[in-house]
Amino acid sequence: MRRSLLFIPGNSPVMLQNGAVLPADSLILDLEDAVAADQKDAARLLTAAALRSQNYKKEIIIRINSLDSSYWQPDLEEIIPCRPDAIMPTKCSDSSTIRILAEKISELERQNDIEEGSIKLLPLIETALGIEKAFEIASSSPRIAALLLGGEDLAADLQCDRTKRGEEIFYSRSRIVIAARAAGVEAIDTPFTDVDDDEGLIQDARLARSLGFSGKAAISPRHLTKINEIFSPQPEAVRYAREVVAAVERAKKAGKGVVSLHGKMIDAPIAARAEQVLEQAGRLGLSLED
Amino acid sequence: MQGKVVNSITDALRLAGIRDSMTLSFHHHLRNGDYVLNLVMSAVRELGLKDITINASAIFDCHLPLVELIKDGTVSGLECNYLGALVGKSISSGILKKPVIFRTHGGRPADLERGSAHIDIAFIAAPTADSQGNISGKYGPSACGSLGYAFADARYADKVVAVTDNLVPYPLADFSIAETEVDYVVIQDRIGDPGGIVSGTTRITRDPIGLLMADMAAEAIKASGLLRDGFSFQTGAGGASLAAAFALEKIMLKECIQGSFASGGITSQLVNMHKRGCFETLLDVQCFDLGAVESIRVNPQHKEISAGHYASPEAASAVVDSLDAVILGATEVDLSFNVNVHTNSQGLIMGGSGGHSDTAAGAKLAIIIAPLMRARMPLIVDRVHTVSTPGDTIDMVVTQYGIAVNPRRADLFDLLRQSRLNIVTIEELKETAEKICGKPKALNDEDGRIVAEVHYRDGSIIDTIRHRNHPHTDN
Amino acid sequence: MEIKQQASAGTLESSDVLVTVRPADNLLLKIESPVLAQYGEQIEKVCREVLSALAVTGGEIHLQDQGALDCTIRARLETALRRSEE
Repeated sequence: MRRSLLFIPGNSPVMLQNGAVLPADSLILDLEDAVAADQKDAARLLTAAALRSQNYKKEIIIRINSLDSSYWQPDLEEIIPCRPDAIMPTKCSDSSTIRILAEKISELERQNDIEEGSIKLLPLIETALGIEKAFEIASSSPRIAALLLGGEDLAADLQCDRTKRGEEIFYSRSRIVIAARAAGVEAIDTPFTDVDDDEGLIQDARLARSLGFSGKAAISPRHLTKINEIFSPQPEAVRYAREVVAAVERAKKAGKGVVSLHGKMIDAPIAARAEQVLEQAGRLGLSLED
Repeated sequence: MQGKVVNSITDALRLAGIRDSMTLSFHHHLRNGDYVLNLVMSAVRELGLKDITINASAIFDCHLPLVELIKDGTVSGLECNYLGALVGKSISSGILKKPVIFRTHGGRPADLERGSAHIDIAFIAAPTADSQGNISGKYGPSACGSLGYAFADARYADKVVAVTDNLVPYPLADFSIAETEVDYVVIQDRIGDPGGIVSGTTRITRDPIGLLMADMAAEAIKASGLLRDGFSFQTGAGGASLAAAFALEKIMLKECIQGSFASGGITSQLVNMHKRGCFETLLDVQCFDLGAVESIRVNPQHKEISAGHYASPEAASAVVDSLDAVILGATEVDLSFNVNVHTNSQGLIMGGSGGHSDTAAGAKLAIIIAPLMRARMPLIVDRVHTVSTPGDTIDMVVTQYGIAVNPRRADLFDLLRQSRLNIVTIEELKETAEKICGKPKALNDEDGRIVAEVHYRDGSIIDTIRHRNHPHTDN
Repeated sequence: MEIKQQASAGTLESSDVLVTVRPADNLLLKIESPVLAQYGEQIEKVCREVLSALAVTGGEIHLQDQGALDCTIRARLETALRRSEE
């Protein structure tokens, strides 16, 4: 599951160590914005060393530097041999970025005896052009597992203020969800940047979930538990899903074509959604009592 | 004025009959803002006295002048429940010939009662006093709140001197220590620095690991079954301890649990929990911040208690005996769950039990919260440098890599295993730490001179601390 | 490789190590650490492994350790050495 994805500065030994125990589903080890230009080399080597020696037991995503910098290739050359699960390219504005990257990663996979195609891509969409081309990007490579929305840079590109309520990125959020689902991949929401505003985080995460995002990135470890909770199937939803599945079973056994539950007709999409919810709940080991 | 008021500390010393080799006592409620101990000892030195033993409930960094007094022979003995690192490292390097006697907050009044400790002259820093020596800590510019640790001094010392910077007209109605026990009153301009006495506010840690462990501890308390109406609780004042109280508060408010009391060192956070209905009563042996001081002044449910009432094993009963859960720290924990809070991993003195062994002995659930390593030094060791609190009084150790339950608590182990907490063995925690940090080489065998004795609350010597110099950092 | 100029990497933050390398004829390793007694030998071993792997035969290598793990020491030392090549 990719409910929560925590950004970890790639040049911080203590944060790279702590990442292993924090309750994030995925970690995004950041070689880009979290690292000053004169420390790119240090971060690259530190992150690679951490990957080699730590057993993170979670999905590891590396945010590499942009393709218009001189850093992205050394980033990949140093990191791919350490077998990260995924690479996060930034400012993805079209599929050519993805193609160039995929090619370079394939080359490095071959050189390092890694199953070709196994390292995934999670493109960060944070420009207007990226939003426009979101579907093209999402479907440009079988490596792509999800689209991540980068709200701060996007607002800048849209030349408007980034706010907690998020009206400025409302459309972009829906667009990302649609593009991702149309391409058969996940959609991950942008981080909530006020570390101290718990209520704000909850509202923002709930909004993202209701828009169809399957997870949310975070810049603060303090946000993780709430994000996990909000992006997990809710207890009532799990209970209801069980009831739906049971009702479908009963109807099948009784030879009835129409399934009803609590006076409501259960058609195919509802039944399918119930299966999805139970499958997610199963993966999280959630019991009915939670 | 008149009454028992004397002109100076020196006069008080003379009138009280100060001689060489006497024991003088001090309480630590003015914490790192205390002026009184230094003022008194400076006067003692001026009088040319030698060989004095200091019995202070705690020694802080502000008491650094003690080091010179020890070196020049004014002071030759030290007894305390806590010794901060700054003075501690000098003690570790062997400046005192006689071993320091470490007691616990409960053991100190107990030993005074048993007669195995004796105070000739007690100096009681008194934020407010009247001319006859009625004393309160709740009022005045140097207000510190509860004077819990001073009661035994007032009761058992041969002579008692109140040192105040706030003399009020007789009688001080809301007194804590009665004039019946006080011999002299000395007025000073300032008895302490308010900034060092109490924090403006104590803050919950922002460290994600501290917050993670706090949540784990609260979950564990819930899973233990103790968290129901009537629940009682104690925690420290460090950022991580406060985080644990906060995590507990969230659960208590959500499930409408009305606890009976919170005890020990009281912070604004506990005051707020009381106001929100989490605890009926606050039993306060010391105040850590302004919010607590304000509360003890005005709220009859916020009670000042003496250290003896709090934790003495000689009392008919003490608060710790009624405690459900306590959260404590540790510098080291060993495979037998023995806990060290006296020395750091280099063997240097930087703390003391305080109420650690008392609460661990009394509470139904004693929980240690500590990160599995601190800057590469693993928490879990084969054998602690110093046994501050014996392992049979410790029920669990909470680290970010999992919770270890004392095998003696099979009942607790079963309950916790049913929760979603990551329960591991203490050996597994040690292995995890060593896998991450590498296996530390053991320090040289300790065969140096004994510089401190650790007295358990029953008066027995539970461990000794040996001479150690500050490690060289070059090679 | 040869250390051509002074270079450093890392910081004095907890769990990090500040490594400074300077050109010199012989190899001189100086380690300062709050955990020298427990991990001094291990820290030296890790340094010598890195120096050997990069074929460094001469240089003043100074470590101001704050409890860094082996992987951090390796990374910081290698970074400093690579920087010293420019």
